[in-house]
Amino acid sequence: MEALFSMTTGVLAACGLFLALRGRTFPVVVGLTLLSYAVNLFLFSMGGLDTGGAVVLDDKGGSHADPLPQALVLTAIVIGFAMTAFSVILAMRARGDLGSDHVNGNRVDEPREERS
Amino acid sequence: MNHLIVLPILIPLFSGLGLLLKREGPATPRRLIALAATVALLVCGVLLMRQSASGIIQYYALGDWQPPFGIILVLDRLSALMVTLTALLALGSLCYASAGSDEEGSNFHGLFQLQLMGINGAFLTGDLFNLFVFFEVLLIASYSLLMHGGGKARIHSGFHYVVLNLAGSALFLIGLGVLYGTIGTLNMADMAARAPGLDSGRLVLAEAGAMLLLVVFGMKSAILPLYFWLPRAYAAAPAPVAALFAILTKVGIYAILRVFTLIFGPQAGSLANLAQPWVWWLALATLALGGIGVLSSRDLRTQVAYLIIISVGTLLAGIGMNSLDAHGALLYYMVHTTLITGGLFLLVDSIARQRGKAGARIVRGRSVQQVALLGTLFFVAALAVAGVPPFSGAVGKALLLQAATPDQQAWLWPILLSSSLAAIVALSRSGSTVFWRASGGGERSESRDSGDAPGIGALRTLGLLLLIGASPLLVAFAGPLSAYTEAAADQLADHEAYIQAILERHRTEGDS
Repeated sequence: MEALFSMTTGVLAACGLFLALRGRTFPVVVGLTLLSYAVNLFLFSMGGLDTGGAVVLDDKGGSHADPLPQALVLTAIVIGFAMTAFSVILAMRARGDLGSDHVNGNRVDEPREERS
Repeated sequence: MNHLIVLPILIPLFSGLGLLLKREGPATPRRLIALAATVALLVCGVLLMRQSASGIIQYYALGDWQPPFGIILVLDRLSALMVTLTALLALGSLCYASAGSDEEGSNFHGLFQLQLMGINGAFLTGDLFNLFVFFEVLLIASYSLLMHGGGKARIHSGFHYVVLNLAGSALFLIGLGVLYGTIGTLNMADMAARAPGLDSGRLVLAEAGAMLLLVVFGMKSAILPLYFWLPRAYAAAPAPVAALFAILTKVGIYAILRVFTLIFGPQAGSLANLAQPWVWWLALATLALGGIGVLSSRDLRTQVAYLIIISVGTLLAGIGMNSLDAHGALLYYMVHTTLITGGLFLLVDSIARQRGKAGARIVRGRSVQQVALLGTLFFVAALAVAGVPPFSGAVGKALLLQAATPDQQAWLWPILLSSSLAAIVALSRSGSTVFWRASGGGERSESRDSGDAPGIGALRTLGLLLLIGASPLLVAFAGPLSAYTEAAADQLADHEAYIQAILERHRTEGDS
């Protein structure tokens, strides 16, 4: 399970990083979203992975999940959602204002847009 | 429990929420509420400084959940100083904004207060994850403030700023995850207590987590390989916002100082003093490149943004020196540089407003209308920021230069002094271009007819005087202030007292 978990996190992070380095705003936003998913998964696993444990406490003295990472990852998810929504709106605004969806505001046919 | 500690977060929270609800109608009530809240914040900061001057570290357990389990706010000399500094800077830039630039877009005052809440929270918190949350609060407010008023340049640099900071937040979370997985807690005092006893298998991971945090804080504070976003973003931001942003880089510096002296400080065994050698060399390189940037900028706003880079380099060099004297000196310099660079952003905006088309570009253009007022302020601010004697920059830099050990002096003195020289050369060139090489009076009278308001107005002057006038005051009261900053550095170095104040009190209360 550890191997699967870490591979998933790693692939998500690699895809996110690749997309975040692209030149257009849409792949960048998607890349940041994937990156935040990877980070959330990673954060979730930081208390150690365990199967069959009690959710919070176990009377029989068995293993139980660490509740703190769950609280932390919840916070991180909420913040990540807000940030994604914000960056989507911002990317659309940039498309409208700069007349291009390139992160540097370049038009496709011109090498570089004149700075106003 | 001392409820004063939580007020610097609650005051801007409630005033900010109120201001967001009241978006329509005349601007005056919003301005009054915002100014009143900021004055209240300043009073609160001064009271906190007086309390912390006794040297006792107090904490405020939110929801009465005791440390190390609950989230706490910690008051020591350093955090009280930073809160007061934030409030003072905010008051100056708010006065300036209230003269009209707050109405260029919507929700300026509400976002401004929320930004203050994030900054104060970051300075006061005693929990690393809570630090992340407050970073996000201040960042999301800063995203919107940066683009206040709109325009191509702001959207363009704003998108870069947002993407960079989102990637930074992801790194921050990974660093926190690794540190929690290895050390097992995120309460700063508890981390500091546990860090020395880590077993060797986990040391490498903890070190990786700590260095990730250094990257994140370095990005916020704009250290060398991570500063390229700053000049463009700060030059594009509206002046009052850029002035407030002068404290944002200091939030990063504060976080480096706090985390790498408390948790990974000299007591941390094999994790001791992780960051300082890196910070030292990168800070020197930042200083050198900042000097080149100041010389090469063709716009006053960019020039001030590069002055911020120089100040960041100076402050981080102080962290890299890693001694009591250096920490005391850097805290003094931090007060000076935050207020002066904030004031310079406001001043440059005033100059640009009176020069018509020439704006803030360093070219021959129309003369400013209030040559005496703006010229004097520019002269004072330029001398102060470059570190020329009668003003506060000289005191701060002298303290720092004095604090260096002979080995460090060989590097610090030439680089710091030549970056100061670069600042003097660049500022005297731009000052003489703007104020002396102005074109003739014909254009000037024409400009008066074109409907420009005469002068910059009382509120803007007040804002400018608050921030730039702080420089002579910092010299006049250099004694008490540097005594305070030295005491703050002492307190910062005393990890045992910090850990005891937060963890031991809880244990004894639990017994009784």
